[in-house]
Order: sequence, then C-alpha cells, then structure tokens
Amino acid sequence: MSEEPIFSQRFDICGRDFVNGGKASTTVKAILREIGIDPAAIRRAAIAAYEAEMNVVLYARKGTMELRVTSKDVRITVEDEGDGIADMELAMQEGYSTAPDEIREMGFGAGMGLPNIKKNADSFAIDSVVGKGTTLEIVIRP
Amino acid sequence: MKLETVRQILDCQVLTGKEKLEVEVGVGCGADLMSDVLAYVKPNALLLTGLTNVQSVRTADIAGVRAIVYVRGKRPDKEAIELAEKMGIVLLATNLLMYEACGKLYAHGLRGGSETEEGSNHVRGAHLLSTL
Repeated sequence: MSEEPIFSQRFDICGRDFVNGGKASTTVKAILREIGIDPAAIRRAAIAAYEAEMNVVLYARKGTMELRVTSKDVRITVEDEGDGIADMELAMQEGYSTAPDEIREMGFGAGMGLPNIKKNADSFAIDSVVGKGTTLEIVIRP
Repeated sequence: MKLETVRQILDCQVLTGKEKLEVEVGVGCGADLMSDVLAYVKPNALLLTGLTNVQSVRTADIAGVRAIVYVRGKRPDKEAIELAEKMGIVLLATNLLMYEACGKLYAHGLRGGSETEEGSNHVRGAHLLSTL
C-alpha cells in the first residue's frame, strides 16, 4: 500500500510548446522547496522532472506530470501520448539520440535525457509502447 | 569567483542582475546542449553557453546555476531575459568565443565540475575543461 500523500498535483504538458516547456518542473521545484524537502533531493527531483518534461515537449503530442509527495518520498510520474520508444536499451545509452537537427538547435537531443533521469532518481521505471506513448516513474527519497 | 571579476575578465555586458555582481560562483561549465549542462553542472555554477533561448535560463534555474555568460557575441531572446529577471539569474554577454572565455576564467582560477567535487571525475566532453 502506498502512503497517503501530503501533497499531490497534476500538470498538463503540451507537445511542441517550447516557450512554456519546463514550467511544470519549475513549479515542482518551488513546491518541494515550500514543503521543506532537502535541497540536494530537490535538485535531483527538479533535474529528473525537467528532463522528463522536455522529452514530452520535444517528442510527444501531449502528456501529464503528476507529483506526489509523502513523508517517505517524492514521486513524479510522467505519461505521454506519442510515438513511444522503439529500442529501450539504446535510448538508455548515454549519447544515443534520435533528435533531428531542429531539436539540437534548441539545445536538446544530447542523448543524456533518460540516463540523466536514472542517475538522479533513487528508483526509476520506464514503460513504452510504440505508437502509443511512454510512462516514466521517478522516485526520489530525500 | 565574484561575478564582477567574471565581468571584468571577459569584458561582459550585464543584461540582468546588475545589483548581484558581488555573488560568488564556485565552478564553471561550458556547454551548448542543455542535457549536458543538467548531467554535469554542479550547484552554484557559472554557465557559459551559445544557446540563447528561454530554455538556457530554465535549465540554469533547474540546475542551480547562478549566472549565465552568453559567448560569441550572442544575445538571449526577450523571453529568456524576462525569465532570468523573474528567477533572479544574472545574465552576462561577451564577444569572446567559448574556448577563449572558458580559458580565461580557468586561468584566473575558476575550475570545472570534475575538479571541484570528489568522485565526479567521470566527466566527458561538454567543454568542461577537465582535461586541460
């Protein structure tokens, strides 16, 4: 049984909205600061959330981010409707990217997103169905 | 290193945060890809980049970067400047190239991320100056 959250909020993420991309993660960071989570854990949560959010903005049609904070952990679930990931092993490899030039010109597509999320999370799960979408669950234990 | 010192060394124009030039940064990071910044930057850093869109500022905020130096004479767009003012991030701009700007700061003692914290010597690329 998962513990009753002391805080939970859901954010919509709009694919291709580059100017507003990252706003949900900025808000998550502010909320965690307000709650009084340890700063190092906030930084890890914010980086993981931002990478996951930008993946939706850059690659998917739309998605949601759900933040759940309990007395034990911070849980960030990002779900999108998009093309999904065909080769998960490759996608988890540092430096591997399918990003076209236009995404690289915007400063993304270094092939560090998913590995970076994994590195910052205490537990990380990813599930993707080609042609449907991807779900990420990121857990940070402060 | 104080941001005022950075300003002098790189002959920077101050775009936002004129009142914050006494702030100290502990480490430097040069990168044009934001995921590289997120992967390698340390807290309390100075970011040097040629990426001028709003995501340069959002990345800085997420990663705890105190100030950004835009290199190669590039200037950030309006959204980036507005967001930086809101987030309290100092924006500087220099006409120097990335290599020159990083080199000058390094020569004055501002070190890279792999040298300033234990156990973080896995850094690869991203002009992090770790191999000088």
